[in-house]
Order: sequence, then C-alpha cells, then structure tokens
Amino acid sequence: MLEAIGASSIDELFDDIPEGVRLGRALELPEGKPETEVYDLLSALASRNAHAEAETSFLGAGMYDHYVPAIVDAITSRSEFLTPYTPYQPEISQGGLQVMFEFQTAMSELTGLPVSNAALYEGPSAVASAAYLAIGATGRTKLVTSRGVHPHSRESLVTYGAGFGSALVEVPLDGGVTDAAALAESIDDETAAVFLQQPNFLGAVEDIEALGAKAKEHGALVVVACDPMALSILRPPGECGADIAVGEGQPLGNRLDYGGPSFGFFCATEEHIRRMPGRIAGETTDVDGRRAFVLTLQTREQHIRREKATHNICTAQALNALAGIVHLAWLGKRGFRELGELLVRRTAYARGRLAAVDGVELLHDAPVVREFAVTLDAPVDQVLDRCAAEGIGAGYPLAREYPEHENGLLVAITERRSKQDIDRLADSLGRAVAELRGAKVAEGVAS
Amino acid sequence: MSEKLTAAGPQLTETPMQRDRATTIFERSVEGRRAATLPEAGVDERPLDELIPKNLLRDRPAQLPEVSEPEIVRHYNRISRRNFDLDTGFYPLGSCTMKHNPRLNERVAALPGHARLHPAQEPNRAQGALELMWLLQRSLSEICGLPHVSLQPSAGSHGELAGLLLTRAYHADRGETRTKVLTPDTAHGTNPATVTMAGYEVVKLESDERGGIAIDDLRSKAGDDTACLMLTNPNTLGLFDQNIEEIASIVHDAGGTLYYDGANLNAIMGHSRPGDMGFDIVHVNLHKSFSQPHGGGGPGAGPIAASDRIEPFLPRPQVVRRESQNGGEPTFDLDYDRPKSIGRLRGFQGNFGVFVRSYAYILSLGGDGLQEASETAVLNANYLLARLREGQAATYVPVAFDRRPMHEFVLSGAPAKKDLGIKTLDIAKRLLDFGMHPPTVYFPLLVDEALMVEPTETETRETLDAFAEAIEAILAEAAEDPGVAQGAPYTTPVRRLDEVAANRNPVVRQPL
Repeated sequence: MLEAIGASSIDELFDDIPEGVRLGRALELPEGKPETEVYDLLSALASRNAHAEAETSFLGAGMYDHYVPAIVDAITSRSEFLTPYTPYQPEISQGGLQVMFEFQTAMSELTGLPVSNAALYEGPSAVASAAYLAIGATGRTKLVTSRGVHPHSRESLVTYGAGFGSALVEVPLDGGVTDAAALAESIDDETAAVFLQQPNFLGAVEDIEALGAKAKEHGALVVVACDPMALSILRPPGECGADIAVGEGQPLGNRLDYGGPSFGFFCATEEHIRRMPGRIAGETTDVDGRRAFVLTLQTREQHIRREKATHNICTAQALNALAGIVHLAWLGKRGFRELGELLVRRTAYARGRLAAVDGVELLHDAPVVREFAVTLDAPVDQVLDRCAAEGIGAGYPLAREYPEHENGLLVAITERRSKQDIDRLADSLGRAVAELRGAKVAEGVAS
Repeated sequence: MSEKLTAAGPQLTETPMQRDRATTIFERSVEGRRAATLPEAGVDERPLDELIPKNLLRDRPAQLPEVSEPEIVRHYNRISRRNFDLDTGFYPLGSCTMKHNPRLNERVAALPGHARLHPAQEPNRAQGALELMWLLQRSLSEICGLPHVSLQPSAGSHGELAGLLLTRAYHADRGETRTKVLTPDTAHGTNPATVTMAGYEVVKLESDERGGIAIDDLRSKAGDDTACLMLTNPNTLGLFDQNIEEIASIVHDAGGTLYYDGANLNAIMGHSRPGDMGFDIVHVNLHKSFSQPHGGGGPGAGPIAASDRIEPFLPRPQVVRRESQNGGEPTFDLDYDRPKSIGRLRGFQGNFGVFVRSYAYILSLGGDGLQEASETAVLNANYLLARLREGQAATYVPVAFDRRPMHEFVLSGAPAKKDLGIKTLDIAKRLLDFGMHPPTVYFPLLVDEALMVEPTETETRETLDAFAEAIEAILAEAAEDPGVAQGAPYTTPVRRLDEVAANRNPVVRQPL
C-alpha cells in the first residue's frame, strides 16, 4: 500500500505534523489486552456498583427502574439500527427515518402537541433548549421557573443562560406544588417562558392549565417538562395550554445506565416548527410515487444554516428513541394506560404505608403518580445507610438540592417494586428511624 | 484485481423491497391486540379519580398502536432492512469516523452493574462506575495532552457549547468582555451554530492555498475582542495545519482561548496531541475515534479536556479520586464544590453507557493500538486517494488540495459536473446501487461539489479497491450516458425523494 502511495514508511505520512508538536514518545497507557481480559476488568468494576438487581431500589428523581421488555434489546441490537449514522442518504435509511416518524407520532400523542422532533440528548438539556427557542420566538430573555422543576434542569437553564444572556427567576413551592400567586407575580411582559414540571420533582401533580394562564396573558411561552410515563394517565400538556413539552425519555425503553445514554424529547405547537431544535423526519414520496420518509426542515440545522441555525445539535439519541417507540408499541394503547394505573395505585399504597410508620411524615399531600416525598425524624443519610445494609435503596435524599428539607426523602415506585418490596421498605425505614431517633435521644441525655 | 464492478441500471423492474410499501406501526394496529403483560397491582384497585383530581387526568388514552409481540418484532425487522449499515458495507462518511464497533463493548455495557445502576446511587455504592469514569478521564487526558477532563457533555456539539461557556467564564473571571469567535471556512456547521448559542459573534477565517488557515487573515482578525478560535486539526479537508504553533501564539497573544474540535482526532492518536499544539479546550467524540455504534444518529458523548487555566470552570460535578488517609485504597467521588464552575450542562453524570464502551475500546487497543489505529486510518486514506488518482477519477473528481492527507481527503466533483454532466449528488446516489455508503457530500463548503472520504482503519485493502473501482465505473458509465447517474439510485428501497414537498408542507406525524 505504501508503494501505491509513493511513501517509504508510515512515519512519512505524518510528515506534515511539525516537529514541535509531535508527541515523540509512546502514549502512557497500558498495552492492549485480549477480549477476555478486558471483559474481566470491566466486569470487576461493574461488580463494585450497587445496582438495581443487587438491591431493591426506590431511587427515582428523573430516572426510573422500569422493566425494559426483551424485544427492545433484540431490536436495538440489530446491526441495521445499531451501526448506521444520521440518515443523510434517505434512499438507504428508510428504516431509521420511519422509526423517527413513528417516534414523533407517539410523542405527539403523549404530549398532546402536534409537532415532535426525533429526540435530543436527554431531559435537562432539552429544558434549556426550550429556553433558547422561547428567547428566539419572543425576543425576551427573562425566564421564570418553578422550584418544582428538576434541579438539574434548573441548573442547566442557568448554565445555558450565560450564553443566551438570560436571567432566571425561581418561584417557590407551597404544599408540594408551585405557589400560584408567587408565580403570577413573577411573570411580566419581559418574560420569555415559564417552566413547570409534571409531575414536579417532589412527585406532585401540578395544575398546568391554572399555572400557565398568567403566562399566556403576558405572551410568555409555557414550557412543561414531563415524565412520559405519567402521561399515560395525566392530561397531556398540550391540552393544558403548554406551548412546549420536553422531558427525559429514559422511562421509555431505556436502561438506567448510571444516567445515560437515554433521550430527550421536544414537542411544540405548529407555530414553532421552524424554530425546533434537532432532527425532524417528514413524510414524502419518491420519484415513482412510493411513500417515503426524509429529514425535513433542515434549514433549521447547523449543517445547512451554520451560525443562523436554531440549535447546534448534530448527533443525538436515535437508538434510544428507537428503544422508546418499541417499548411504547409493546405496551400498546391499553398496556400503557394500565401501567400508569398500576403506578398510581402502588404509589398510593406505598405512600399510605410509609406515612403510617412512626417517625415518617408526608412532606406534602398533593396528588402524585409514581413518586412522593416524606420527611424522616432522623438523619436521612444514616437511615439510607441502614436500609442499604438490608439490601434496600430507600430513595433520594433531598437535602443537597432542597436544603429546606434536611431529612426529606423522595421515594419512587415502578412496576418492578411489588407490594412486598414496599412493605419491606416501610419496615426497614421504621427500624432505622426508630434506632437513630433512640440514638439521638441517648446522645442528648449523655451530653 | 477483481472482476469489473457493475450495478443494476435504469432498466430494472421494481425490486421486492420497493414493492413492499412503507407501513407504520400505527397502521398495523388492530383494536384489542397487545404484546405486554403486566403484573397485578397487588394493592387496592381504587378508581384513579379518587387519587388524582379528574381535571388533571386524561380524557382518553394516548392512541398508541395495538399490536402483538410477534408483529412488533416482524415490523421492526422488516423496516430495519430498509437501512444500510456499517456492518453490511463500506461507509466512508467523511468526518464521522465510521469504524467497526467491537461487540465486546456492547456486552460489557450491558452488565447489570453498569446498565442497571441508578445515576443517583450514593457514590460510596457506585465506586466501580466512578473509578471507570476516572480511568477514562485519565486516558483521554493522556491522549489529548491536557491535564483535566470532564465527561459530562453528551455529544461533540454539546462539548463545543461547554467549551465556549468555559471561555466566557474564563474571560469574565479576568474581568474581560470579548464578543467574537473565529472559525475557519472549513469548520463543521456545529462550530458557528455553537458560537451563536453561546452568545458570541462568528468571524469567518479564510483558508490559504494549502487548505490551512490564511495566517494574514487570522492576524488581521485576532484582537481584543477575540474570545476564541475553534479549529479542527487535521481540518475537514483532512489536512494538518502546519502553522499550528504560529496560529496558537497569535490567538493566545490576542488573549483568546484555543478550542479543538476533536472530530478528526482519529488521525493523530499517539503522534500529536491538541494540548501540545497549544489548545486550551478539546472535545472528543467518543462515537468517532473511540468506537461507539452510531445508532442511526446517536447516542454519543463529547467529553472535554482542558488546561490548568480552564480547569476551575469545568462543569459540575466532577469525578475525583480521593487518596486514603490511612494507607488504604483510594476512593472515588463526585465533587460538587466547584464555586467557579459553569454548572451543569445536563442531568446526572453524562452518557455513562458510552463511557463503558469507549473505555473497553481503549483497554482493548492500548496506547500502542490507538497509535496503530491512527496510522492505519491515515494509510488507508492515502492508499484510497492514490487509487483515485489513477484512471478517470483523477480527471473528473480530483483531490481538492494537492497535498498528502491524513485520515480523510476531499475530492471536487466540479470537472465531472462540467465535462460529464453528473453532479456530486449523482455520484453519491449511484454509489448506493454499488452497495456502498457515499462519502459526505457538499462539505466542506469551500470545495465545489465536494466529496469528503474517510475510510477509517478497519477497512481492508480489497474494500478500498472496490470503492475506487465503483467510482471508476460510475465515471465510465457517465461518459456514455450521464442519465444513468442522474436517475440513480435504482435498487434501493425507495428512489430519489421529493424533499421540496416535504419542506413546503411538512407532515411530521401520522394523523390518528
């Protein structure tokens, strides 16, 4: 091959690299290893993680341990879906493009908004992308968010906001839900968008329509970050006046994967279609009249529009969106609703069961779908350690992001957590709180 | 040499795949059918509106399809065959580094300890995951020649946004306000799009006659208002900018930062490092150089490496190793205590599943293997270009800049358009009939009728030969009848599409 090139050595091919910027030594990385050794090394690392098969986990906070049906793995691991790239050549990418079209249809159904893109990276950055759209659409820069919006989303709004030049105003919660009066006061004619979450971070179902009304009066967009699984039973944001619905798609067909990859979704009203971020598949025909799908409205996108693009995103999460649509197809119209009902009922049971435990109180009594918050009468970190020792991941401690709830605990339920699991959680929490309270009292006496 | 390559032409009757018209999963729905079986709730079956006020509940279920499991499997298998993929054939899509994806990486990513680990698990109970992330950070640091790494960004474009927000924070910390970002005319579209998102103004730099940055143009545009220069090196022409040291000093002297778009890192691993070239911030596309299945357009990940002066501003949280106080094993943690941090760019810790695959890849190849991968990628590109300099290709699709390329090269189809009457688009579409994915087309913008070819290191000489022969066959065919390429493709599941209608009247979901 070198002969065909007319070079005498491989090194000669690198002649254009100036001497001063050559590494001139080997990379200081271990030598390559055979497959079996790599497997063993990675397997050893994996074994040091307390995963949802090793413990009974009630962790949620935006990502949930749902059962991912086996056909999701079977379909997403097909080479035809796994190994192509973005469908720039539609004639040989009809499979992927059709998946996008089906995905968009499903997300549009879930959110009640007519336009969906073919996925973004994940949830919180999708929230920030909605801010970018709202700023462009309204020509305003002020953003108002409920404190019930996921802390990671609020923080992403601040991070991205440094580029947009936006200011973020945060509205407190009252009784677990967004303080409607405080929200109304924060919205004015400078407001580009109002951000709500459904259900909110503490699990409470918000009245989106009521909360969004003031935003409408002032011409601000209503952006709702939603849990797609909860949309099996909740009124879709599009029917509640939302202009944009975004969210974390992980509950649909995606594994926990310690936080990613999953997908973000982005749906909007028709008027925003030409400002949407990311890929969108559209239906068309070929020269012979055959039905076909194609990336559409590409003049929004960076590879065509460059600095005038509506977003910079290129590679997104096509394979994860495929997992989402396959999971939804597997659940089907009835199964999806039944799963939502199951979550509500088991969560109601869990909430009642925990509230009955001595030293555990509900943090709020607003309606919930699949997650709720309690306050413990003992240091939450120590309680979590004790429960973990009994093989239970009791939930998500709220203190870091909600210091006002020092011993608050967020508990999530999925179809994988049975009544027996919930009973074990209640018993374990009860024991831990009782002992730690006792210790606290004893400590108090001793001092 | 193999037999002369041919592909079916216009006379072909409709193929079975073409006869099989597209049907969506929603159109396969029949009321009452289903796939899922769910567990019993096992608790009180209370009416939903006792638990949630009725006005907050859906009136009617989402109109999802009703299809049995065998029919779902059959549906997606059928439509999957309407995709072309890397496992099936050559995919020399320039700038995308379509290298083979070792399946070991999928296997280790699927281990329950990785796949079912909750991202909010307490760090002391996720030590394996945090150590893996830390090890990947160290590996990327060594490869990039920069001391600090954040794995958080989800893709290259996300890394670019991080890079400009870091630049903004860095300058703000020094009390400086800078408004402009320099990008060469060969830059990926993500670069200028990111500049706008990060609140800066794009200043375009011209290329010189060798395909690098025109130094005089850079000198005249770099100044007090320069925040950053974003650069890909080797650039999107596949050419290494030999003036990189001078470029770096011009930008640094003006007070700007230097951002490295890592899309082309696959050319130089083990030979040169962005940090040593003077870059302050680098993004690495794990889905390119570090072998991630491209998934039809993701997932990927875009970790960033940074210099000491940028480090205080890196996204939060950062994975850190804490040495034991009493001689025990070190532990790994998430550090949130970073007061100057630009903050979060996304939820949780990043695309961990992608990290597992890329770390497995790095372990498999090792330092020597990564260097060899780059060498073979460059060898393959140069060999393929040499082949394309023989015969008619040299005349009709000549290389845009007559220099030795690195891992990719750009041809110009301008002579083919002028003298044969076939555009680059026609060549690309005709390649589909040869069972190959076309190169990236019409990019970079400064090359007329561009074809950007990146073969990668995992292709054989025979595959490269076959591609050169296919190009030769297309050109020979066009010399006789340009209509063949102009009407291509003929054998794909659908033929050329009406994209104008799709844009004018967008149908982006199925009416139900």
